Amino acid sequence: MGLVLNEDEVMLRDTAEGFFKEKAPVKQLRELRGSPGNRDETGFDRGLWSEMADMGFAGIVIDEDHGGVDMGFMAAGLVAEQMGRNLSASPFLSTAILAATAIREGGTAEQKSEWLPKIAGGKAIFALALDEGVKHNPAGTSTTAVKSGNGFKLNGHKAMVVDGHVADALIVAARTSGEDGDEAGISLFIVDPKTKGIETERTIMVDQHNAARIDLNDVEVSGDALLGSLDDGMEVLGKVLNAGRAAVAAELLGAGAQAFQDTVGYIKERKQFGKIIGEYQALQHRASHMYTELEIARSAVYAALSALDGNDPKSDLYCAMAKAKLGSVAKLVSQEGVQMFGGVGMTDEYDIGLYMKRIRVLQELFGDAHYHMNGFAKANSF
Amino acid sequence: MSDLDTFRTETRAWLEENCPAEMRVPVTSDKDLCWGGRNWKFSSPAQKQWLENCVAKGYTVPTWPKELGGAGLTRKEEGVLKKEMARIGARSPLSSFGIWMLGPALLKFGTEEQKLEFLPPVARGEIRWCQGYSEPSAGSDLASLATKCEDRGDHFIVNGQKVWTSYADQADWIFCLVRTDNTGKKHHGISFVLFDMETPGVEAKPIKLISGRSPFCETFFEDVRVEKKNLVGTRDKGWDVAKYLLTHEREMIGGQSLQGLARPTHELAAASLGLEDGKLADPMLRGDIAEMEIDEWAFNLTVGRKLAEAKAGASLGADSSMLKYYGTELNKRKFELMMDAAGHEGLEWESERSNEGKLSRSWLRTKGNSIEGGTSEVQLNIISKHILQLPGA
Repeated sequence: MGLVLNEDEVMLRDTAEGFFKEKAPVKQLRELRGSPGNRDETGFDRGLWSEMADMGFAGIVIDEDHGGVDMGFMAAGLVAEQMGRNLSASPFLSTAILAATAIREGGTAEQKSEWLPKIAGGKAIFALALDEGVKHNPAGTSTTAVKSGNGFKLNGHKAMVVDGHVADALIVAARTSGEDGDEAGISLFIVDPKTKGIETERTIMVDQHNAARIDLNDVEVSGDALLGSLDDGMEVLGKVLNAGRAAVAAELLGAGAQAFQDTVGYIKERKQFGKIIGEYQALQHRASHMYTELEIARSAVYAALSALDGNDPKSDLYCAMAKAKLGSVAKLVSQEGVQMFGGVGMTDEYDIGLYMKRIRVLQELFGDAHYHMNGFAKANSF
Repeated sequence: MSDLDTFRTETRAWLEENCPAEMRVPVTSDKDLCWGGRNWKFSSPAQKQWLENCVAKGYTVPTWPKELGGAGLTRKEEGVLKKEMARIGARSPLSSFGIWMLGPALLKFGTEEQKLEFLPPVARGEIRWCQGYSEPSAGSDLASLATKCEDRGDHFIVNGQKVWTSYADQADWIFCLVRTDNTGKKHHGISFVLFDMETPGVEAKPIKLISGRSPFCETFFEDVRVEKKNLVGTRDKGWDVAKYLLTHEREMIGGQSLQGLARPTHELAAASLGLEDGKLADPMLRGDIAEMEIDEWAFNLTVGRKLAEAKAGASLGADSSMLKYYGTELNKRKFELMMDAAGHEGLEWESERSNEGKLSRSWLRTKGNSIEGGTSEVQLNIISKHILQLPGA
């Protein structure tokens, strides 16, 4: 298990670190969010995404025959970590991780050659339309896809569709058999969002990143829209979610580590009662505790990414562990950060609050710590 | 086949032939551990045989040089040996502060004569060592220790008192921090000396703990003669030796704490409370156990990552404080959850059913994990100072 970065990985991390710090720092997110009525319609910088494609980031888990660089999930995680550090907005997760994995794992030869080169080249943005209710619950998928002629007719409502408002293509999870709560009976479809019967509402989230609610009303798709096997979408979706959870955990690691670094920097400068507040043991011990938790968390993330690259049979468990651990640790670090910044931590001017908001969204995405603790227990038969 | 594969094959065959069947079952009580020493009584012929076989092969201290009783293995070979032993459930042939603590210190700071005199008997399990560090007024603030060591020309005379000396009543020799100079700053003037516990003037009194056991002693020194050749490192600069050794101790406590019981906590809880619809019958406890086991897994991964990051044989430095802090706090959490899971059964103290209160006594023992070898608070201070570089830490 590769828990220590090798030379190539260190080089990639350093490249990504410099890239996002220069091209997509927190300042860019502030500009993108603008103000109500004066908001960037895309929510990320298309120029940045195009540069990320040039760097190979968009095709990081796509094989070379389809235009990717095939560097694997550890590499993808290192990129996500640096995006977390800078709160960078881009369709990296929705497209380069989720869609690329879905099509790579479940796509026909035609689907692969149609979509993978476009993803790797930054020419197509995807969104995964999976969740529906207030919490992440793949087995609870109730959107239906009913056979209709040679194709299917989709009906339902999707929420928390990351990048759904700008996607060139959607991957929709819909029930083709079974009942709510069944893992079996779900199928995946590649759907053009401009198809008749689709209504998309952009949702401005607390972290100023992008998601959408999508209504599907008698949406007709052809038979070749099916991605993976009929009724066994979970086979592909399981891999997609593992990749997504590990990548989100990596982004949480980056966001948490940067929030912590900013906090330690601040308590080394801020003076009260004639002393630098970092001299107070009440803060020192909490900072040291956070350092420790972040080190433990880093191992969890690297182990999950490395398990995916090695096709470890326990990949589900590794990814659940990483997502659970990072959900808790990043939350701790961001909350303590705001507290230690004190009054200015509550202001919009300081970045620490932006980190807390981004972390809150990432905590929720693809299952929070409770969801994954429950999954961990189930997988261990208790 | 690579050299390492050849080594694995040979090791597997050697273990098959040399590790007695009785030494391949899990340790269930203290008497299953072999500490060695002048007065050691083996709990079984198999325990004696296993030690002797390992001594002959150098496997009590696999990475030490052959002339010191080791097998001269590389770290990677040692890793293979550990894995092969774990594969068949082989017990450690020898538990020893001489191996875990004195050894690394002597290998780094000792003279050739000292290494040759003291290390081979440690490797053979003939001499059992104890550690004379803490004093009644020098616990967390260890450097304020006051046990006096006076220069009497051709020898030293030691007077003072140590406390929390593990197994001092059963040890043959002690490695001991003493004060050779008290005129400067407290970290200066400390020396690291070795002497026989049978020297006139040495007395060890066991301390009864909350667990009912007495693994620690108060140790008194009255005009104890120490030979000058038994000073390790530079006189007055023993703090360097002490710090180095403490790093090893922290790694040992941090890493060891999780070996406690081989059985996962959730299995113990399931056996005790039962399952309903495949879930632990107590849903709140179930969540706590899942959270703890995730932390435990991530912690074990971190121990592996940190050891792999440190170059072979290099110290982890201040990160050993991080592991010690987290590992011991985690172990306390784990035993609290095991007590919760065991309920009324876990409260028994004196019965065969409870293996003489094995769980409750172990639970009580874990409370010392975050105190010994530097309290959790001291570890957090070290992280604050050396890693985060916070002012005034």
